[in-house]
Amino acid sequence: MTQSVVVQVGQCGNQVGCRFWDLALREHAAVNKKGIYDEALSSFFRNVDTRSAGDGPDIYKGKICSLKARALLIDMEEGVVNEILQGPLRDVFDSKQLITDVSGSGNNWAVGYKVYGCQYRENIVEKLRKTAEHCDCLQCFFIIHSMGGGTGSGLGTFVLNLLEDEFPEVYRFVTSVYPSGEDDVITSPYNSVLAMKELNEHADCVLPIENESLFDIVNKIHQMVNSGKLGSTVKPNSLVTSSAGITKTVQEKPFDAMNNIVANLLLNLTSSARFEGSLNMDLNEISMNLVPFPRLHYLVSSLTPLYTLADVNIPSRRLDQMFSDAFSRDHQLIQADPKHSLYLACALLVRGNVQVSDLRRNIERLKPSLHFVSWNQEGWKTSLCSVPPVGHSHSLLALANNTCVKPTFMELKDRFMKLYKKKAHLHHYLQVDGMEQGCFSEAISSLSDLIEEYNELDATKSGLRTAPSRLKIAV
Amino acid sequence: MSIVAVQLGQCGNQIGREVFNTICGDVRGTHGLCSKKENEAYHDACTERFFSEAESGVPIARAVLVDMEPKVISQTLSIAARSGHWKYDDQSHFCQKQGSGNNWANGYSVHGPRNKEVIMNLVQKEVEKCDRLSGFFTIMSMAGGTGSGLGAFVTQCLRDAFPTSFILNHVIWPYGTGEVIVQNYNSVLTLSHLYQSSDALLVHENDVIHKICAQLMHIKQISFRDVNQVIAHQLGSVFQPAHTAEAGLHYSRNPLGDLMETLVPHPEFKMLGLRNIPQMPENSLAFSSFSWPGLLKHLRQMLIANAKMEEGIDWQVQPPCPGNSISSSHSTNKLLHFNTSIANLVILRGKDTHSVDLGSFRDPSLYTSWLNPQDAFNAWKTPRAFNKYEKSASLVSNSQFLLKPLDSVVGKAWNMFASKAYLHQYTKFGIEEEDFLDSFTALEQVISSYTNL
Repeated sequence: MTQSVVVQVGQCGNQVGCRFWDLALREHAAVNKKGIYDEALSSFFRNVDTRSAGDGPDIYKGKICSLKARALLIDMEEGVVNEILQGPLRDVFDSKQLITDVSGSGNNWAVGYKVYGCQYRENIVEKLRKTAEHCDCLQCFFIIHSMGGGTGSGLGTFVLNLLEDEFPEVYRFVTSVYPSGEDDVITSPYNSVLAMKELNEHADCVLPIENESLFDIVNKIHQMVNSGKLGSTVKPNSLVTSSAGITKTVQEKPFDAMNNIVANLLLNLTSSARFEGSLNMDLNEISMNLVPFPRLHYLVSSLTPLYTLADVNIPSRRLDQMFSDAFSRDHQLIQADPKHSLYLACALLVRGNVQVSDLRRNIERLKPSLHFVSWNQEGWKTSLCSVPPVGHSHSLLALANNTCVKPTFMELKDRFMKLYKKKAHLHHYLQVDGMEQGCFSEAISSLSDLIEEYNELDATKSGLRTAPSRLKIAV
Repeated sequence: MSIVAVQLGQCGNQIGREVFNTICGDVRGTHGLCSKKENEAYHDACTERFFSEAESGVPIARAVLVDMEPKVISQTLSIAARSGHWKYDDQSHFCQKQGSGNNWANGYSVHGPRNKEVIMNLVQKEVEKCDRLSGFFTIMSMAGGTGSGLGAFVTQCLRDAFPTSFILNHVIWPYGTGEVIVQNYNSVLTLSHLYQSSDALLVHENDVIHKICAQLMHIKQISFRDVNQVIAHQLGSVFQPAHTAEAGLHYSRNPLGDLMETLVPHPEFKMLGLRNIPQMPENSLAFSSFSWPGLLKHLRQMLIANAKMEEGIDWQVQPPCPGNSISSSHSTNKLLHFNTSIANLVILRGKDTHSVDLGSFRDPSLYTSWLNPQDAFNAWKTPRAFNKYEKSASLVSNSQFLLKPLDSVVGKAWNMFASKAYLHQYTKFGIEEEDFLDSFTALEQVISSYTNL
């Protein structure tokens, strides 16, 4: 069994990360009734004897003593991390896993990347090494950050770069929250594009998320629950947005519901690697199957169901509805419509009591309405994990490598160009040591190249492509 | 003589467990429908073949379990032991922590060489437990990374270490609409490499077995477990003891050797397909009875028309009439999808097998011209019924059964290869474009050979 380390950077990264750890503990608590420290737990948690002062040795088997998250919390201002450390999750984090500063990055990518990057490089490397040493077989780094700010965006991508240098064999999965059109940070287009260049070059897989989509999903759930359209009541603990876990907060903070969705995404992504099933899918299989060309590693994700009704017996029509939902606009975590764009590859990660015949039936049913690239007409990767998420009897996470990310990137480019043409706010960046105009032009050309690659693929969508002629053998 | 099974990857281990379960269940069953003496001989032959004795009395399967990540093997070992009737040797397994990531190159070029010694040591230990070794039976899927890539490497190692033993690879063909996106690449690389070291490839297609589960077994929500149990039944029907013509009253001592001898006369033709009738849900067994002529008529037509199961057979297809010139019979064949055979083996188990007439299978028009029909067709029989079926007939065929699936897989892989998609994932581990081209060439050769039968 392999281990993964979560690196959460910036305010957004840490808030999402906090929700992730809460939900992870809840999930494992539901599965692991006997309190034995098993392999599934070890993928994200260490088992430490905290009675011995200082760095107690890890306990690999036997009863759970004290669980510590395999995580690194990085933020250049203290507010968010302090809140986590004072909250119910304080025991899950080791004080040696934190890197904080006081003044923040001022929503400036250059400050995050160049200034703090340089300053904290050694510290970060050392702490990463320590975390890696506690792992038997480290397979994957999960980076959680936002693109629009300064720390998550700048320092986050600096850390990404660092991970590639120091741990080249370990996969880098990045969960990036992209700014929406009406973002309150004016310079978010600059930050995002500068960060995109790093994601293009150093990430193995990127899961872009847009706040707008999360917001829409949260609203939809509230409407459904409050409108009484649902016959029976919604099952407790089944809301994808609920944080009814170890943190018994009565008042949910506004972003909590949205962050829960992202946290669930990460849980479902890793479920088949942690728990058993009839068709397992490890994390290295995700990048192997969904990334046909190195730079096209942006995956559109969608999660269903968002809630479960109280009736226990789910007839198979409901199951089919789950599959249909995964391909609808409303369930995507970015503002995109994969159904009307070109699929390069698609993965279905199913959890719970679902069998291969259900999978096959639904793939056959949905296939005709989806456009797949000519050289990957049957490009489906599937996995079946027998352990369902808490509160549900089954769930589906769909990951698609689809050209529908192109409009998102194009919009980003447009917003960038609007500012850049007028050189608005540029001086904030250029006055940082190590930043020059070249950084900007390189970044925008990297983004343009990426958009062009998607364009070329889209062009093949309509044309009839004859199959390449096969090798001829002399008889 | 004994067979050592090597279970590779998730698929290989899951199927392997069902196979041993079925075999054990069959041997212990009381539905033998034959004399006590016959039953005992069957029991002894089977035990020698597949199990070794332990002090505890619980038979231990002659198997080596290999996987690159631990979840499946631990599940397999525990489920087997829980049955109480058989188990695996606690030492006979090997796994690593991180899987092969569906990457053939990772399985073949990285995990293979790195773990060769340990794996071969385990195999050696199992071999030493046998009085006499008939050969190896490896179970793997083509679609993933470990079964396919590491499996191809291990087969090569087996060939090098045991040059005189037989190697039969049981290969699972994945669903056409994808379980793994790069499954066609992995399949092409696997098949081309296996062809060099293996004696024969016995193929099961997931799509076909799935249909059997749906239409014949009437299973509503088909799980992989159901699929694996059908596969196990079909494999059991081939590998359980039977009397070959020469062995006369005794059970054949060399199952793999006999199989190869009858079915693989030429090294260019190694693809074997398997059909088994009847297949039905267990609770219908008591209410059904069949006649041998009826069963054999269906089986023969399944062979000729390349039908996958006993429903939906195309009865229009007929062998070409003798006396036509070669060229016109070829075109009519292609028109009616007639399945030409190189060699066929029919195995009959159960009541009244001694009186069965198999003349229809000896019809020369079924076969290519370069083999004598007497040599091309063989039959094994046993009065001992198998797995609660009063009568059961299996057909192992070296024919054009697998031509279309093979052609389809190579076509799709070639299509993807032309766009260079995913190649960087393979070159990362040392499999270059030339290696792909070599594999494509080898398989196009096999396709061409089978097409021109």
